[in-house]
Amino acid sequence: MDRKALAAAFPVTVPVLMGYLAIGMAFGFMLQAIGYNFIWAFFMSLTIYAGSGQYLGVSLLASAAALGTVALMTLLINFRHLVYGLSMLEKFRGMGWRKFYMIFSLTDETYALLSSAQAPVGVNPKNFYFAIALLDQSYWIIGSVIGAVAGEILPISTEGIDFAMTALFVVIAVDQWKAYRKHLPALIGGAVTIVCLLILGQIFGQQQMLIVSLAVIVVLMLALRDRLEEKEGEAC
Amino acid sequence: MLTTAGAIAAIAVMAVVTFLTRALPFLLFDRGSAPPKIVLYLGRVLPPAIIAMLIIYCLKDLSFLSVGGWVPQLVSVAAVVALHLWKHNNLLSIFGGTILYMVLVQTIFA
Repeated sequence: MDRKALAAAFPVTVPVLMGYLAIGMAFGFMLQAIGYNFIWAFFMSLTIYAGSGQYLGVSLLASAAALGTVALMTLLINFRHLVYGLSMLEKFRGMGWRKFYMIFSLTDETYALLSSAQAPVGVNPKNFYFAIALLDQSYWIIGSVIGAVAGEILPISTEGIDFAMTALFVVIAVDQWKAYRKHLPALIGGAVTIVCLLILGQIFGQQQMLIVSLAVIVVLMLALRDRLEEKEGEAC
Repeated sequence: MLTTAGAIAAIAVMAVVTFLTRALPFLLFDRGSAPPKIVLYLGRVLPPAIIAMLIIYCLKDLSFLSVGGWVPQLVSVAAVVALHLWKHNNLLSIFGGTILYMVLVQTIFA
């Protein structure tokens, strides 16, 4: 590991340090609350490494969801990563074996840092990016383990803590609402899901309901392409 | 509760799917060819639609048959929105809303 790159990367990652320790702790705490201890928290944060994805994971584990549901829900929540990758194609080029790790560790926060941070003069940019990614994941792992251990020790009723996932989605939605000029996609997404839930939720299971909603949403987006595309422009 | 093997399988699926969603753009478009316009378009409009869908999904157990079936959820969602518009701090919004919800369901609406 390039020490100079690590030293240069650390100050850049401090905001993520604070954020990941806190959100990671909440994750570990929730995981412990549904009966999975810090060892599970450690391995989930090591192998999955996705903030919202792991919150979702807690719900999926708690409800003993079928593997198909697990795969579908994980795919949906991670969909936005597709956009991240597209804008990192250039940056990760020529990183050799480390590119694999860079892609694996491309979370919202790491993406945000990599989009904006510049390596100081004299520091190899590739080493600098790698150090940022590595530091971020270490904060996440540490936070989640601390949270799980705290959950084991503290005698606090955790009823209702699963609302953290709803709150996380609401925060993402508020940010998106402000970043996008057109709000039709969000409104369609919500409306279609409500309709599907009311009509299909009774007949089919909830997993099928989500697949149907998603399909309807994609079809509507394609149908409205002319209308949404010209006005959306670069507002995203 | 899942068996240990079942939980490990679920975590493995989450890990693999998460990695694949992150790797897909690199697998498809790293040869220098620009992504098709329709992919870029969907990549732009789908995320807000999907997040809205997931919020509704999270609130799917709302029930208007009793006050406790909807007030805690909707009040807490409103609190998250208000906090986030006010302070723009992800952590504050998420924790503030969650703690409010926990207090509501454990005390007033217990």
